[in-house]
Amino acid sequence: MFNFTVRRLLFTIPTLLFISFVIFFILDAAPSDPTGNLPLTIPPDVREKIRASLGLDKPMIMRYLLWCKQFFINEPLNLLDQWGLHLGDPDRLRVISFQTRSPVVDMIAERMPQTLWVVGMSYVVGVMIALPIGIISAVKQYSWFDQLGTFISMIGFSVPTFFTGVLMIVVFSTIVPRDSFFWFPSIYDTTLKVTDWASFGAQVRQMAMPVFVLALYNAAQISRFMRASMLDNLNQDYVRTARAKGLRERTVLLVHVLRNSLIPVITVIALGVPQVFGGAIITEQVFKVNGLGQLLIIAIQGGDIPTVQTLTFIFAVLIVLFNLIADILYGILDPRIRYD
Amino acid sequence: MSAQQPLVQVRNLKMYFPIYRGVLRRQVGEVKAVDDVSFDIFKGETLGLVGESGCGKSSAGRAILRLYDVTDGQIILEGTDIAAMHGKELRQLRPEMQMIFQDPQASLNPRMTVASIIAEPLDEHRKLDKRARMERVFELMDAVGLNRDFANRFPHEFSGGQRQRIGIARALALNPKFIVCDEPIAALDVSIQAQVVNLLEDLQERMGLTYLFISHDLSMVRHLATRVAVMYLGRIVELASRDQLYEDPRHPYTEALLSAVPEPDPSLESTRERIILQGDVPSPSNPPKGCNFCTRCPKVMDICTQETPPFKKLEDGRYAACHLL
Repeated sequence: MFNFTVRRLLFTIPTLLFISFVIFFILDAAPSDPTGNLPLTIPPDVREKIRASLGLDKPMIMRYLLWCKQFFINEPLNLLDQWGLHLGDPDRLRVISFQTRSPVVDMIAERMPQTLWVVGMSYVVGVMIALPIGIISAVKQYSWFDQLGTFISMIGFSVPTFFTGVLMIVVFSTIVPRDSFFWFPSIYDTTLKVTDWASFGAQVRQMAMPVFVLALYNAAQISRFMRASMLDNLNQDYVRTARAKGLRERTVLLVHVLRNSLIPVITVIALGVPQVFGGAIITEQVFKVNGLGQLLIIAIQGGDIPTVQTLTFIFAVLIVLFNLIADILYGILDPRIRYD
Repeated sequence: MSAQQPLVQVRNLKMYFPIYRGVLRRQVGEVKAVDDVSFDIFKGETLGLVGESGCGKSSAGRAILRLYDVTDGQIILEGTDIAAMHGKELRQLRPEMQMIFQDPQASLNPRMTVASIIAEPLDEHRKLDKRARMERVFELMDAVGLNRDFANRFPHEFSGGQRQRIGIARALALNPKFIVCDEPIAALDVSIQAQVVNLLEDLQERMGLTYLFISHDLSMVRHLATRVAVMYLGRIVELASRDQLYEDPRHPYTEALLSAVPEPDPSLESTRERIILQGDVPSPSNPPKGCNFCTRCPKVMDICTQETPPFKKLEDGRYAACHLL
């Protein structure tokens, strides 16, 4: 298993370098212009100077190599600097956003907590309601509970978050009176600091709606997976063996069926984690959560190539990494699978 | 033999599986997998249960062990009727009766080690400390001829024959009196079949077990069984002692079935007359009126399509269901 992990990690290096180049190439080929949003009164020669000042006059391959140097060498060195370990010249060039002229990595670090709290919480909540629903639906197949679960996951699956999100805002922020307990804020306030119970309550309230909208969407998928996996295992012969042993029905279901059914579900859950970091672009937009998804959208609109490139690349790293984690989990959970 | 005590008495056992169809999943019929079957299994004997695929052998075995909820009838295990038992009551009787399954690969939990598979029924039904439990596991592994070093391995690391030994050790863990062997050798290759059958015989002798041996392998049943029951389409057509049945089959279906067994002597084999049945087995969801075998019987009479023949005792001690007898 260790050798497998090391080998796979080594393979990720060329993969990720290739991905970063492809992203850079696609962004460069895209017709977006970082100066496009500037007033039309700016004469063309000044516009050219602005482009040159952003480094856009150099050939694509040069800009790519420069980004590689900034991201793979300068940024890690800068991180070491912050931890008190000084290596090389401290006056190095970092990845700078075209729009804000501030380092992209710092912008990402600023927005990461909101995304992790809201989107991450929605994933946790989604998984926690999906697993019991999937299990009960499978054990009581075709019961009213199962039919209801199927109906709700169909809704969660097929109705987009920009619809459920707006619907929630209409109901819980406008129709419900302001002083009611069931009123929830439609805008996420990043400046809110949790210092006491009251501010904690406010934080929970402002997270409630985006978390619910995203959790419904996540739970719909995972509960279907869980149900299908349980049904697969319920008809297996070893379940009949367990019953013949005279075990309690609860032991049969929770020890024998559930543990075997969780193997594929856990890998599906692990593969979904990068999406948490990627943020939910639309939901963050609907509820004005200034997380990573919103950062990406703004950067794309402004033709902010370094920000888009860096964010997309970090998502790619996470996807590759969690694929590896899913594979390793599979190997740990299923004794039939050995990688070495 | 008549002085022997019955361990299991099956009376009018019916196992119907409902068929649901349509949008509202209404019940539109039922598969009569086991239809009104009665027989006794005596202490210490091996009752062979033979028949072609889909005739209800396995369903009967599982119903007798109450792995299904039976539709109707009685299953009397040492004086207690277990046919209608549920939950805890039934669970406490599980140590008395066990099953060896057909597919040794699928019937073992892939995520459990051999030791935990064998020890699990002990944890559930016996209060043993850790050492006594391991001791018992090793004892059982010795009994079925598995190396003790294999205790911490997983089922997929074994061959088919070894896996079936794990299944047997698991079934023996609680000292059962009665074991249903549901085609335990069908998934094994021939060289391993003999090993497993010899092991079963050996264990029966040492532990005084009673077997219901379900199989479609007629020569293996002849080797192993004391009495043999022949099933066709959910019913027992003939039940007799092994020698009676193999030497002088009386029911037309038994005759046809036994005529399919090849003869080892080539000169006899060339003169062997096979009775080849015409047509297919009718659907168990829609069995024919009268005798179940009337659509294929070479000796069919008018009465066969009208009346169901009773399962009655003949003068030589055997039971059969046929209007001819």
